Amino acid sequence: MPVLVHVPTPLRPYVDGRDVVPIEHGTVAEVLERMTHEYGKLKAHLFQEDGRLRSFVNVYLNDRDIRELDGEQTPAVDGDEISIVPSIAGGAASARTQLPQLTHDEILRYSRHLILPEVGPEGQRRLKAARVALIGAGGLGSPASLYLAAAGVGTLGLVDFDVVDMTNLQRQIVHGTGAVGTSKLDSADQRLKDLNPHVQVETFETRLTSGNALEILRDFDVVLDGSDNFPTRYLVNDACVMLGKPNAYGSIFRFEGQASVFYAGAGPCYRCLFREPPPPGLVPSCAEGGVLGVLPGIIGSIQALETMKLILGKGSTLIGRLILFDALTLTFRELKLRKDPQCPVCGEHPTVTELIDYEAFCGIGAAPAYEGPEVTATQLAEELQQNRELVLIDVREPHEWEICHIERATLIPLGQLPERLNQLDGHQEIVTHCHRGIRSMQALEILRAAGFSRVRSLAGGIDAWSTQVDPSVPRY
Amino acid sequence: MQIARSVLTAIRHHLQCAYPSEGCGFLMGVRGPDGEVLVSRSLTVKNRRVAGRKARNRYFISPDDFLSAEHDATASGLQIVGVYHSHPDAAARPSSYDQEHAWPWYRYLIVSVVGGAVRDERVWELTDTRAFVEQLLQIEEQ
Repeated sequence: MPVLVHVPTPLRPYVDGRDVVPIEHGTVAEVLERMTHEYGKLKAHLFQEDGRLRSFVNVYLNDRDIRELDGEQTPAVDGDEISIVPSIAGGAASARTQLPQLTHDEILRYSRHLILPEVGPEGQRRLKAARVALIGAGGLGSPASLYLAAAGVGTLGLVDFDVVDMTNLQRQIVHGTGAVGTSKLDSADQRLKDLNPHVQVETFETRLTSGNALEILRDFDVVLDGSDNFPTRYLVNDACVMLGKPNAYGSIFRFEGQASVFYAGAGPCYRCLFREPPPPGLVPSCAEGGVLGVLPGIIGSIQALETMKLILGKGSTLIGRLILFDALTLTFRELKLRKDPQCPVCGEHPTVTELIDYEAFCGIGAAPAYEGPEVTATQLAEELQQNRELVLIDVREPHEWEICHIERATLIPLGQLPERLNQLDGHQEIVTHCHRGIRSMQALEILRAAGFSRVRSLAGGIDAWSTQVDPSVPRY
Repeated sequence: MQIARSVLTAIRHHLQCAYPSEGCGFLMGVRGPDGEVLVSRSLTVKNRRVAGRKARNRYFISPDDFLSAEHDATASGLQIVGVYHSHPDAAARPSSYDQEHAWPWYRYLIVSVVGGAVRDERVWELTDTRAFVEQLLQIEEQ
């Protein structure tokens, strides 16, 4: 009669589904060796790579733990019963021993970090173990991703769906001239890997939506919001609150920037600060309003810095503080932020418990803010030739007029239009135009309210005129 | 993996109470011939690591606790189909420590508890090559 080995349920699939396997007698080590020889796949689950029994595998000989006997050298004679009994262990990866080791290459690369007591080898290993998601590989994402990669953050997740445009290069420093027309993610991936080959870059070539945000962000430790629009900002905030992740936030416009860390577990979230988005069209985007180069470098670097501190657990972060930066006067102002107990997402009685339709929430797509008749650039070119009476009004600002203008146009900036209506003839046919066709729609509203009926707006603005009619007009 | 709503609620409650320490326990139920798992009961187990400082990010279920849980399950016509545990202030994905110590076949339900509140829960299973793959978590309303 051989030795009977009792196999626990999780290992039975590896022994043809049996609960007891008879094995020829010997020491416990020999019996287990014979069994794993017969059932090959069992070996990885019982033994470590160095051949020792895994620590959570307990072996009993007739109800006694072999550790109390002679261990694996305990002899088992015919008729004895050996039982394999699981103990179950695990835990979150935050213990010192769990952090990845640094290679010699990395030790040299990060030496200026390693000699800082606040970082040191353990901090650097924390950075290596960290996973940071960057929303947007644009103005803010560029400096942030470059600095985080250089500093040795182990995994960067980039979410973007755009291609590199010539107008990006004035501030989006992760991209080069050679990358114009290619995917922002490919461009950033290449640059970051060149900067630091130890960094893993995971790319998500998609718009962040209510449908994919939780799935994408759940695997990251910190989220860095470098988005350029309100729906995404609210989406990132809400997803971070729901997943319990800190959000290193930044935004820029013209000469000003903001930065904070929103972390509902420890302080306020974006919605505690801005309960409702501004009405659509009130705050222009960078494409409409412009943005100073270098400014995103400052704000994006603050976001990267806060991300590092969150990972290292050092210093005091911007949790509960909002930084307002003015580049023209070079001033930083700091506002204290308080958690709002009534906050719909992170308050005591949240009403938003799953991701919503953020485009609708921000009033986008529901109904255009302004609408009216439009004319295409090519159609306008024809009409201008045939109709000498047609009036073309440029409602942009004087400095934009200086960049470029259409020969036949008259400059009346949108802000001056109401008081200069007397310069226009109500019977004439009028076309308004701006940079891309947004402000000219607002001009249309003003004109129609004043009784002008034969008014249209140039679809796509002077930008469309440049691409479709007159390439000698520079684009900006 | 399917789990009854009431069982999941009990697990969440247990792990929130255990915060900031890790909590752990067994998933009991039945496993179909195609490997599909239905969890109909959970059993809270004492985290034997709780005495030490490491309880914040470690859990340990002793072989004795395992044997008595198995006995318990069998007595009610069920079997142990998996293990649940919490990751306090950490993501609901397996750590390398989880992976090193995992058993195949069992489903591992990992619950992320942040600041004392459940934020995320995911189910994982170890493959033959000892890598974790995520499984779909379906909540059954009774």
